Amino acid sequence: MASTALRPCGDFRTTYKTDQYLFQTKMIGWTAAAALLVLILAPVLASSYVVNLLILVGISGISALGLNVLVGMTGQISLGHAAFYGFGAFSSAYLANNYGVPVLIAIPVAGVMTAIVGMIFGLPAARIKGLYLAIATLASQFILVDFFARATWFTNGYGVDASKPEFFGIPLDTDEKYFYVVLAWAVISMIAVANLKRSRDGRALVAVRDHYLSAEIMGINLTKYRILAFGISSFFAGVAGALYAHYIEFVSVETFSISLSINFLAMIIIGGLGSVPGAFLGAMFIELLPQLVQLISGFLITIAPTVFGLIENGKAYIEQITVGTVIILFLIFEPEGIAHRVGQTRKSIKLYPFSY
Amino acid sequence: MNWFLLTQLLANGLIVGMLYGVVAMCFVLIYKSTQVVNFAQGEFLVLGAWVCLAMVVKAGLPFYIAFPFTLVFMTIFGILIQTVILRPLIGEPIISIIMVTIALSIIMQSILNWTFGNSSASFPQIFPVENVSLFGLQVETAYIMSLVLSVFVMALFYAFFQYSKYGLAMRATAYDQQAAQSLGVSVGQVFAMSWAISAVVSGIAGIIIGIVSGVSSSLAVIGIKVFPAVIVGGLDSIVGAIVGGVIIGLLENLAEFVDGQYLQWGNLYTIAPFYVLIIILVIKPYGLFGTRDIERI
Repeated sequence: MASTALRPCGDFRTTYKTDQYLFQTKMIGWTAAAALLVLILAPVLASSYVVNLLILVGISGISALGLNVLVGMTGQISLGHAAFYGFGAFSSAYLANNYGVPVLIAIPVAGVMTAIVGMIFGLPAARIKGLYLAIATLASQFILVDFFARATWFTNGYGVDASKPEFFGIPLDTDEKYFYVVLAWAVISMIAVANLKRSRDGRALVAVRDHYLSAEIMGINLTKYRILAFGISSFFAGVAGALYAHYIEFVSVETFSISLSINFLAMIIIGGLGSVPGAFLGAMFIELLPQLVQLISGFLITIAPTVFGLIENGKAYIEQITVGTVIILFLIFEPEGIAHRVGQTRKSIKLYPFSY
Repeated sequence: MNWFLLTQLLANGLIVGMLYGVVAMCFVLIYKSTQVVNFAQGEFLVLGAWVCLAMVVKAGLPFYIAFPFTLVFMTIFGILIQTVILRPLIGEPIISIIMVTIALSIIMQSILNWTFGNSSASFPQIFPVENVSLFGLQVETAYIMSLVLSVFVMALFYAFFQYSKYGLAMRATAYDQQAAQSLGVSVGQVFAMSWAISAVVSGIAGIIIGIVSGVSSSLAVIGIKVFPAVIVGGLDSIVGAIVGGVIIGLLENLAEFVDGQYLQWGNLYTIAPFYVLIIILVIKPYGLFGTRDIERI
């Protein structure tokens, strides 16, 4: 194994087929398999607190992955991702509550519904791009959230209850059981997006990002792919939203504010734009950061109550400030995100003691 | 049809619209000269208003001293933000620039809420008379001051860009950065200056709104309202920003009128500008006055 895993400088891929392997080296493949194994065993081994965190990371990761298709791969900035996430949550709850659709089926159906809504709101992308598009998605965020607050038939105007799913008669009512639903969706989405990246459509999306005029000249239908990117991204947002709804068991209109959209953007920037594992790494970072802040500020208060007592009532603010600072620091010092850093570290360990 | 209410609302819309115009102008100024979209514009308003209020209430300074001090503070603040946070990101893709200003707005929002609290506070009375009668309409003095100050700021902007050396340098940089640089314009200085001016003018707008309707973190909403205004006018046109601001101000109040009198949907005025934004973007992607991008390969 060592001889194939060690790949010093130079790119030894000689055929298109090797260039398109899902796992570029055996090492990456084994790491992925090991990670999956650990995650499958996680509910047995870890405490329910860790499982709860893992579920949240998984859900946010799926949503961030969708956003990464739109922002990282296609280069279209969306400030309205949380609204689509919310739409998925409400539609899944609506289907399950009003039509008795089994939850496990309602989740992907909600994803498809969200994809359609996403494509409708992506229509301006046919004509505009960059900054103007970012502002258009900002508008769609406000319009959709306003719709949630108005459409009482859909959301009660404030929020709806959502039930836990059943799997062939087995209720998936505990965190440990629900974890597998999230894990399955996370794995499916990761494989789907990784496969998209190495397919014709995925390359077309990247071409649209890199230079849309050249892409158009090469015969790529810009309008189709721009709107398709919105569709794909909204699908994952919808699925993640639905998973969230059935996990929390109550969907509130207020959850899906612009700050959630910003959190999703922060995840992909910190994780790495356009990277599949990056979306999950970023989600982990953003979901764990508040826990870390809680831990540190709690620790500071216990060791020096007089000095840090002030922090006690400002914990929520400190959390926000940390998130903002981390985003700025990443943008200035590590614009390619954690995924890039992980790759660099991997290479330098492998090639130690030589630099390449 | 309630004509009196309609005129009252339209007058209101004009005054608010002028303020939107002023804030939109700051926004466009930054975008035009540094290609940065400032999502923290609303927080600049809040910062200016709180700092001035703190000087008046906590330090007990009279308003006419606190006001210029606030402006000095905002100048330094604007230059600092530009040099520390935005300078390293020159030439980065749009997504980084957008995110950095969003992050800035998150940080500012939490720091401001933490130090000044979530509740709203109002300035002590500044004008001796509360209301003035104007063409049969009762208008608050603060509104008149807001209108006068808005027009004054706009005139100042015009004079600055038209007649001063620095204004010329800024216009040159906005038109062609490299050419300006080769002719001896310090682009770094222009960038810092545009942030400083933008921060100062936002501070003024924040103080005005603070006087009219009280200071609270909700002032930051104006930073979001600015987007429809600049899109309607075109992202890189200062005239467009003013026109767009007035249009959005009027539109909001018209929406409130239609909503209140006929539709009874509630809160239509907060969302109407965003529908207009989408429609404008689809019909006229570069706004009313914006320059069309021409791209060559």
